[in-house]
Amino acid sequence: MSGIGTGYDLSVSTFSPDGRVFQTEYAQKAVDNSGTVVGLRCKDGVVLGCEKTIISKMLVEGSNRRTYAVDRHAGMAVGGVAADGRQIVNRASSEAQQYKSFYGDIIPGHVLAERTASYVHLFNLYWYLRPCGSAALIAVYDRDGPQLYLVEPSGTGHRFFGTAVGKGRTAAKNEIEKLKLEELTCRQGVLEIAKILHNVHDEEKPFEMELAWICDESNREFQRVPADMVTEANTKAKAAKDDSDMED
Amino acid sequence: MAHLRQHADEFEAELKQAVSLGTTIMAASFDGGVVLGADSRTSTGNYVANRVTDKLTPLCENVYVCRSGSAADTQNMAAYVQYYLQQHRMELDREVSVSVAANLAKQLVYNNKNMLQAGLIVAGFDKKEGGSVFALPLGGTLLQVPFAIGGSGSAYIYGFCDKFWRPNMSAEEAKKFVVQAVSHAMARDGSSGGCIRTVVITKDGVRRDFVPGSNVPQHYGELGAQYATAMA
Repeated sequence: MSGIGTGYDLSVSTFSPDGRVFQTEYAQKAVDNSGTVVGLRCKDGVVLGCEKTIISKMLVEGSNRRTYAVDRHAGMAVGGVAADGRQIVNRASSEAQQYKSFYGDIIPGHVLAERTASYVHLFNLYWYLRPCGSAALIAVYDRDGPQLYLVEPSGTGHRFFGTAVGKGRTAAKNEIEKLKLEELTCRQGVLEIAKILHNVHDEEKPFEMELAWICDESNREFQRVPADMVTEANTKAKAAKDDSDMED
Repeated sequence: MAHLRQHADEFEAELKQAVSLGTTIMAASFDGGVVLGADSRTSTGNYVANRVTDKLTPLCENVYVCRSGSAADTQNMAAYVQYYLQQHRMELDREVSVSVAANLAKQLVYNNKNMLQAGLIVAGFDKKEGGSVFALPLGGTLLQVPFAIGGSGSAYIYGFCDKFWRPNMSAEEAKKFVVQAVSHAMARDGSSGGCIRTVVITKDGVRRDFVPGSNVPQHYGELGAQYATAMA
């Protein structure tokens, strides 16, 4: 324990003298340093997209899932530690089920987001736990229409028109801001996300895209985007990137 | 003297029976809302324990329930549902839907079916579905219906309701239909009587009304109100 300001980052149950909880911030860093995850709320639904770097040439395509259905009308994409993300997904889906069996109605987006956030927040309250190293983008289509929420390791939850987490988040958010989301359809959103993921991706390593959506085209059910559409978006995004690289 | 003692004993035995809403209750949907109706008699055997009972109980702002069966059971169930809906209302931060209220009531009836004697009709108005009526009979089945009748008196008015209920009535027509139906049940059913209470729920809110015993429509075989004083 030498030096000034040391010893305050060992537990979530100790504040630093300037009012920070370092463990919580480190958990956020776990998200910030992993693959980019993008979410867009378009006019007819929500699209989620993940950048998955291929860790081995021998890896089977579609491994290490990052998008999950939580209920028929809700799903999420997780960024950061995939294993922690699965805990969040399991909790969210049991919250959705429990709500449905108790009230006989589907769980509204803000309730799901709030309850998921409360769960994630629990890990910031006890000295014998470590915070969740993952963030969840939640896509819901309920009676209020399509909604996108982001729940972070600190236990905060916000509603967004579009957002991104992970390595390329800053660049991704910049590009999302340029989009006219209130005019964009999910079909167009898929291509925009593909373009964003290609743009922010570090060229060295190959990567796979995982896309999921919930929109009128998917019957307002959370589904993975059809494989042929992903392939098409992938080719178009690659072409667009090559074009703009040529101009530079 | 022995016969007087016997008389008193019989009366006491009567009063020991459960306080029950041997009842006529109903609810009907119309264009833009629902109307609920009920008689006002509460009996303990043959004894009328309360002749101005209110069997139309609010569950939340926009949903009411018609209660029949045990007065104690249904009062407490209504209190439970009120409590759940208040919590739900706070979490949701908007109007509660009628189907959710009905589902909570169903949960109570079904999970405690061996202990409860409760036949309910849940009805109300919400912005998404408009007026809706849910019948919730003894075992815990939940049925959404255009109109529902319940209680001992309802047996006498199935035919009347099947004939005279029609879709897309106005609020006025629907209320008249309910009062007419309940009055017919009260005329034949010994455990229904007193006055008729109604609740009309629309997008504009809740309107309570009541038809005093002296103004309840008279039917075949009944002595009119004019005889009330003549007989006294």
